[in-house]
Amino acid sequence: MTSTTASTRWRLKEPSIIPGFGLTLGFSLAYLCLIILIPLAGLIFRASSLSASEFLSILTDERTLAALKISFGTALIAALINVVFGVLICWVLVRYDFPGRRLIDAMVDLPFALPTAVAGIALSALYAPKGWIGAWFTPFDIRIAYTPIGITIALIFIGLPFVVRTVQPVMEEIDREVEEAAATLGANRFQTVFKVLLPSLLPAIMTGFALAFARGVGEYGSVVFIAGNIPYVSEIAPLLIVIRLEEFNYAGATAIATIMLVISFAMLLIINLIQSWSRGRYGNG
Amino acid sequence: MADRATRFVNPVDERIGTKIVLTSIGGLYLAFFLFLPLVAVFIEAFRNGAASYWEALVEPDAAAAIRLTLLVAAIAVPLNLVFGVAAAWAIAKFEFKGKAFLITLIDLPFSISPVISGLVYVLLFGSHSVLGPILKSYGIEILFAVPGIVLATVFVTFPFVARELIPLMQDQGSGDEEAALSLGASGWQTFWYVTLPNIKWGLLYGVLLCNARAMGEFGAVSVVSGHIRGLTNTMPLHVEILYNEYNMAAAFAVASLLAALALVTLALKTLLEIRFGAGNAGGRH
Repeated sequence: MTSTTASTRWRLKEPSIIPGFGLTLGFSLAYLCLIILIPLAGLIFRASSLSASEFLSILTDERTLAALKISFGTALIAALINVVFGVLICWVLVRYDFPGRRLIDAMVDLPFALPTAVAGIALSALYAPKGWIGAWFTPFDIRIAYTPIGITIALIFIGLPFVVRTVQPVMEEIDREVEEAAATLGANRFQTVFKVLLPSLLPAIMTGFALAFARGVGEYGSVVFIAGNIPYVSEIAPLLIVIRLEEFNYAGATAIATIMLVISFAMLLIINLIQSWSRGRYGNG
Repeated sequence: MADRATRFVNPVDERIGTKIVLTSIGGLYLAFFLFLPLVAVFIEAFRNGAASYWEALVEPDAAAAIRLTLLVAAIAVPLNLVFGVAAAWAIAKFEFKGKAFLITLIDLPFSISPVISGLVYVLLFGSHSVLGPILKSYGIEILFAVPGIVLATVFVTFPFVARELIPLMQDQGSGDEEAALSLGASGWQTFWYVTLPNIKWGLLYGVLLCNARAMGEFGAVSVVSGHIRGLTNTMPLHVEILYNEYNMAAAFAVASLLAALALVTLALKTLLEIRFGAGNAGGRH
């Protein structure tokens, strides 16, 4: 439809001899609207029909605040732990050669492939007070399942591949000459790794962190079994949405969902900004 | 180590001791957080012997759940496959305004909590909505029925195929298609005989991941399904019900099927990755 417009005028697409632009883009947009955009718009429409005071009273409700705090707090801790160990695992997988490396590399993707409910019941079987691992801690009066620690463990499981799979390809691309230059200039190995290599990995690490964090905040299946779901203690925000829905409290569910969406998108935006800043600083690599 | 002067230490590598320590830390982390939960699923599943394992799978409600899961995946995966190919064609073969924004929109479902993905359909089709009662008067049930489960599954698996194909097709460029078209092939012929063979492994890869998620989705499906036994219970939901009834062996038996699916997915994925490497090297004339 735009192929006949003059080249000086604004046009939707650059000329091309390849056919099918209208068909494929049209279908993609229609499908995108039907499946994703219209339902999401419905949520926003529903949220905007709440009055400001209604919205605020739902959000400042003690139980909502507690659930949001638990969701964001545990996701943050799990993502930080995964950053440390995820980068270490990347290093081992990229730099070292040992028997079974390929198998371990493949298994890192397990949390992507394993259904969350399966992970959830397996983790709670392990960490319950009488479970395989939980039983070790019971004598010390430490409870893992049914506390925020249990939630964090589930989110560590879910988030690990996001960090590894984001950092690994960038680490593989590192030019060994940079390390050799650092060593020649007198840096010891520790300095080379922490002052030369890690800064160049920072954007990838931050992206991995953001992905793991965002996934952790919204995670439901693997958490609900191990969390114990005690209000104010181990009740996550997605579960509170489900509870509000089961009470037919659509306004409550909508308000919590909207605030979760807004905070997640804001976090991703901030991380994107940091990333483009650090790309400008450390880039040209 | 004792005779430091004669021992050569590679300045861009770690000492063997450091390597062993780092590899062990990474290995232990993976063992605790990834392998142990997986092993636990299979051991718990066979706790009461093979006979009760088999019984848990052929019991009518479990069989119905397995059938429903297969049906939902059989509808959702082809839909997202067609969308993925169409979107990748439009995005990779043409330059148009708003392309980056379109890619962001396609990725949107990844950053939305599964519970919210279900919630949007409840708000759209629920008894409080505009659409729900109208459809109901025509005898069409969406929520708490199979169509709702399919829609929620399509939503959460929406980006998988497109995300795999877009970078692949962008990488391959349009040279082959332009050659085919200039030799007189029609648009469809070009797609079937030129593009499709080029992207088939990437396509299979995307379909595999899409299918694993479609069969294992819990949060989104749980919100829209209504949990009617034998009717709207998928396998992950059936696992949850059995678990909450303290029927652990049966819950883990059904879960072990899903875990096996995850393992098969991982194995095929790794195989394709090895194949990919070969395919890319050979395909680049």
